[in-house]
Amino acid sequence: MCGIAGIIHTDGPGDVGAEMTKMLQSMKHRGPDSAGYALYGEPSELVVMRFKLADPNETSDFDYTERLERNRREVESRLSKIGATVDRVEGESAYAYRATFRYEGELKPLADYVEDIPGCEVLSLGHSLEIVKDLGDAQTVADQYRLDRFRGTHAIGHVRMATESDVDIAGAHPYWAYPFSDVAVVHNGQLTNYHQWRRRLERNGHRFQSECDSEIIAVYLAERLADGTSLETAMKQSLEDLDGVFTYLVVTEDSLGMAKDAMAAKPLVLHEGEDLVALASEESAIRAVLPHEIDSYDPYESEVLVWSR
Amino acid sequence: MVAMNPPTDQDRGVRRDIRGLAEPDAEAPKVARVEGGTATFDAADLSPRQVNLELRRLIYDEGVREVTVENPGAKHSLAVGLLARCRITIDGSLGYFGATLGDGPEIHITGRVGWSVAENMMSGVVVIDKNAGSLTGAAMRGGDLVVRGHVGARTGIDQKGGTIVVGGNAGSMTGFMMQRGRQIICGDVGPGMGDSMYDGAIYVGGSVATLGVDCIEAELTPDDEELLDRKLGIYRMDRPDTFRKFVCGKQLYNYDNLEPSERKLVL
Repeated sequence: MCGIAGIIHTDGPGDVGAEMTKMLQSMKHRGPDSAGYALYGEPSELVVMRFKLADPNETSDFDYTERLERNRREVESRLSKIGATVDRVEGESAYAYRATFRYEGELKPLADYVEDIPGCEVLSLGHSLEIVKDLGDAQTVADQYRLDRFRGTHAIGHVRMATESDVDIAGAHPYWAYPFSDVAVVHNGQLTNYHQWRRRLERNGHRFQSECDSEIIAVYLAERLADGTSLETAMKQSLEDLDGVFTYLVVTEDSLGMAKDAMAAKPLVLHEGEDLVALASEESAIRAVLPHEIDSYDPYESEVLVWSR
Repeated sequence: MVAMNPPTDQDRGVRRDIRGLAEPDAEAPKVARVEGGTATFDAADLSPRQVNLELRRLIYDEGVREVTVENPGAKHSLAVGLLARCRITIDGSLGYFGATLGDGPEIHITGRVGWSVAENMMSGVVVIDKNAGSLTGAAMRGGDLVVRGHVGARTGIDQKGGTIVVGGNAGSMTGFMMQRGRQIICGDVGPGMGDSMYDGAIYVGGSVATLGVDCIEAELTPDDEELLDRKLGIYRMDRPDTFRKFVCGKQLYNYDNLEPSERKLVL
């Protein structure tokens, strides 16, 4: 089933971390397997990289702790080798980390080089984007990663009921649009031409971290954006190219967009306020941040909408 | 593609009995202020089941005929399964499956509703002042369902009776597989309208993006005009100048024809 939510403040930063937690937690019944956030803070000079070195449901063997520490140092050393000036690498949980560094070069070789370390997955890369995802409900993840104090302009989130792939962090949304800076996607639905697109995109040199069909959307959009296509055009094109039922949300450094398939098979409720746009699978999620009476509607089939902060 | 365990009741924080009924031990919270034949209560801190139990207590046990529910907070499945003549005002918006399975009540919702409002309504009236989601009036069998705003996709899917009136626009696959009843849509309708409909009629005041399989336009008769005037008059809605009527083309009616394999058997 899954639940998705998005929020964008058009009048400057707000408490998007706490707001997104409230939205996702009110949709806990739609997916208790994992929860994920893509949050946009104040843009920084530094590149922010979120990565993990193991999965929470992985059994820890005799040198688990040492191996993670070794691999964390390896990430740092590889960042330096590829030309990045590392600012800091902080442990966010036992297996997830947040690195900040100065770097001017291409992101793809950097991501590929770092992900070559066993067990390593880059969750997000960019100057403003931070993806946090883990098993459990939204409140559990927010507490674990201290997201309630995260301030920013926009965010999307996802609560997952796993149907197409495993319950692990790799299968959790949002997906970073590898290797494109500051783009992330959450999706509710199933894509039926997943394998076709995965093969096509892999031939073009893209990597996939999971068996989850939703990852296609992120990588598909990233490829279009890299060609110079605008976000809105890329999303409209995706309605033709992707087969199946879907409602997805996409975020970039300064905008948030939604797209709905031709059959309008998956729900989405939208509220457009004067300085805030909130959208979610269920109205109760919007009510969690806007308790007063509001106007809202369901976007129609094949609709693509984009808002900027 | 690994099959996953469905979420347990513990995950959801809601206890269910062996039939799947949520909160089986819940009792009506008895929070309503009753004055004469009318009652009012605040739903902000109540679960959907508690709201429904309170409504049933008031209507069936206390004989109250007018109830106002405040702060519904877009909760799902409120005011469902009410089988008596009564008048209910929901002061706000509902989530999914609002006012479903009713037989008799007049329910007025001042806000918006989510998917599947008034699904399987047997009789009565449901009026929504703002917009509605998809599957509005699904499998409805009787009564009037009025949405003053816009509705999503698949309005009146599998409709078996009654009248759906929409003041605004409707999404794709409106009237999909409808079997009887009427839909009056004052605005525009999305693609695939009346796809695979068996019977019934859809009246459209605006434009139709595309017609679904076996849906054809029919002539508007004086009886149709009378119906449109009457229904839109009752609910004080603006009547578009012209309406078009759409019905089933009955080209897919193959019920009496045998399949090739069956034909062999008969011969």
